[in-house]
Amino acid sequence: MKKNVWVNIGFQAGALVLALLITTLILAAAGAPPLKAYGSILNGAFGSSNNIVAVLITWAPLLLTTVGVLITFSAGLWNIGVEGQMTLGAIFATWMLRMLQDTNLPPALIIILGILWGMVGGALWASLAGALKTFGGVNEIFGGLGLNFVSTALTIYLVFGPWKRPGVGSMSGTQPFNEALWLPTLGTGLSPWGLGLSILAVILVYLLLRGTYFGLRLKAVGKNMKASYLLGIPTWQYSMFAFLLCGALAGLAGAIQVESVYHRLLPNISNGYGFLGLLVAMLINYQAIWVIPIALFFAALNVGSVQLQIVYKMDSSFAGVLQDLLVLLVLLGQGVRERFLGKA
Amino acid sequence: MRVELRNIHKYFGKNHANAGINLDIPSGTIQGILGENGAGKSTLMKILSGYFYADSGEIILDGKAITISSPSDAIKHGIGMLHQDPLDFPPMRLLDNFLLGREGGLFPDRKVVARDIQTLAAQFNFSLDPEAYVDTLTVGERQQLEILRLLWLGARVLILDEPTTGISASQKAKLFETLRTLAGQGKTIIFVSHKLEDVEVLCHKVAVLRSGQLIGESPVPFDHKKMVEMMFGKEISLGDRYPLNAGGKVLELKNLAVEDVRLHMEDIHLDLHGGEVIGLAGMEGSGQGPFIRACSGLLRPVNGRVQVNGHDLTGKSHHIFKRHGVSFLPASRMEEGLVPGLTLTEHFVLAEKTQGVFIDHAKGTKLAEERITSFNIRGTPVSTVESLSGGNQQRALLALLQTPLSLILLEHPTRGLDIESTIYIWSKLKERCKQGTSIIFVSSDLEEILQYSDRVMVFFSGKVTPPLDVATLTTEKLGQLIGGSGWNNLNSGKSL
Repeated sequence: MKKNVWVNIGFQAGALVLALLITTLILAAAGAPPLKAYGSILNGAFGSSNNIVAVLITWAPLLLTTVGVLITFSAGLWNIGVEGQMTLGAIFATWMLRMLQDTNLPPALIIILGILWGMVGGALWASLAGALKTFGGVNEIFGGLGLNFVSTALTIYLVFGPWKRPGVGSMSGTQPFNEALWLPTLGTGLSPWGLGLSILAVILVYLLLRGTYFGLRLKAVGKNMKASYLLGIPTWQYSMFAFLLCGALAGLAGAIQVESVYHRLLPNISNGYGFLGLLVAMLINYQAIWVIPIALFFAALNVGSVQLQIVYKMDSSFAGVLQDLLVLLVLLGQGVRERFLGKA
Repeated sequence: MRVELRNIHKYFGKNHANAGINLDIPSGTIQGILGENGAGKSTLMKILSGYFYADSGEIILDGKAITISSPSDAIKHGIGMLHQDPLDFPPMRLLDNFLLGREGGLFPDRKVVARDIQTLAAQFNFSLDPEAYVDTLTVGERQQLEILRLLWLGARVLILDEPTTGISASQKAKLFETLRTLAGQGKTIIFVSHKLEDVEVLCHKVAVLRSGQLIGESPVPFDHKKMVEMMFGKEISLGDRYPLNAGGKVLELKNLAVEDVRLHMEDIHLDLHGGEVIGLAGMEGSGQGPFIRACSGLLRPVNGRVQVNGHDLTGKSHHIFKRHGVSFLPASRMEEGLVPGLTLTEHFVLAEKTQGVFIDHAKGTKLAEERITSFNIRGTPVSTVESLSGGNQQRALLALLQTPLSLILLEHPTRGLDIESTIYIWSKLKERCKQGTSIIFVSSDLEEILQYSDRVMVFFSGKVTPPLDVATLTTEKLGQLIGGSGWNNLNSGKSL
């Protein structure tokens, strides 16, 4: 047993080294001195308190989308639509805030209602993909992908249509909310509420998947639906529930972005966090316990690589290159290990 | 083709699955391989057919030592294997299954292949439609499909792993006839089985494996007693018949009609009493599947009523049936019965009643340990079900049954199991009967049907006999009914 763990870690470390090696080559080919480039990423992520705050702000929604897809993965579902579910969360939160911001309700209540409504929005959007899958036989990958496009179109329609700023609509989004409706932040833009809710969600999902009947049944449904049904598990209900939970978590991420970071609805509000969450989930091999550090690492890469753009005029999507390589190589490492050493 | 195996060794971890096996099979021979579950038969055959590499040893075909690197490599050498669980592509047509195994040809001529299939099928009296989808076939028909496919691919050595478990007596006779013809043409047949009778009827010589070793070889006919001793290390006979201890009505079928894509059955009546066992006999795919599923709420009957313990459950879902104490154990253990990737403990926890939100892991492990001991499962609480052997998977499946139950429905409860496991499983089931549980089971093993049933229903292409008292039946009579003859002489009493 013990030996297996070390072999495992060895393979993961090997994948990391290989990923770094390849990205180093890419950096060199792009004309940036690799070591200095890595230095500037590190600096960009952790060099100042502002940078650290930026990493934490990125971390919160990433945690939520990651644990969300962990739930659907457990149920054997590829919920590619998490991106759109996050967008709908943002739209619903904005909707609630716009509706109530001129009333006399206490701002705290409006903020909470906005967050809850955002979760409802995400869950509803996910339930569409779930219903298509369960009742229509549409693979959730196709359903989710299609709904992602629809959600983007819906955002753009709202930003340039019914919710446009006074005068003319623009890509910079809707009119910002009253400052009273912003989630309280620590001055630097980091909302302890947003981050706290995200970490809470990670803990809850970890407990849910690890220790509860619900989590075990979800896993059983994901691995063999027919046998699960004969064992007495209401299978399609569990699939739907996985979608709803994931959607609610993604919706929460969207609502937090709207209420604590941008204070308005923007086109592309989901900012790829849904897809990034899928990557993190694959990298950690669906083990909820690793979400916290790996999502932090990815967030740091995202924030830090902005420096590359500033210093070396490189595209900031470099972070994506490193992240994707890492996932691919880790998956490859798992395959190689299973091929030669048997399943862990 | 002459097949020689020299000093074959294979380890799985610490388990020495094949320990220095030597075997010489001249061409035109039908070689029987006998042995209980886990004796190393399948491993040896998988080495010969390219699924596994031997850790050491040689395979010699017609005097030439060869290396077989994959199953497709094996078929190039003329070695084809028919697996116990058919390895095919269920969502595709039969025709496509044929085409997939063949190399070359960007645009295969489907018409020619379809004709080939029909010609071959006609030879064996198999009724297979090349355009049908594989997932509409029963396990037995899928085995037939595989036999045809291997012959079509040019197999000169045909390995059959427990081929008689899925098919009826008449199909078996047909199969044996064909295998003899093939042997007459110089083909080499390797027939892996645990059924002494089959091996004795069919094979020219037989080799017995036990715990990975070749215990001995013998020409046919052989001494049954000695052979059983070689297989098990001791003598074994089927258990005593259990007396019927009938209680109140558990299941009532009134004027039931069920159908699937190919069959329509109607006018089925049954009163099943507590503790009673009903065997469903018939050729594979004669309607036993739809019938047993209708009894468990998995298939909605097109007409008639289903009552469990006096409650009318017609049209209700399986989960409602389950609540009334009806459990169904399907034939395909890994596809429908167990969840690959989950451990034994997780299975037992899932099958038990939920207590609160959080799982008590310590309690789950304890439960698993108890069940593993009482059902004699070779595994640990943390073993995943796919790591167990077939017999142990079947025991695990039985161990999942809750107490008390009114009715247990089983498909092929002992398919592919050795005699010892069969007896063990039935002793467990009969224990249930003593507590008042009724059983309905499907089997293609006539002896099993006659040994363990109180009454028997025979299925033949959309027709069902009324439940027949087992005392009035013999193997011969049952075999005739399964083959479709003797139906007119049945007494017309519809229900008993």
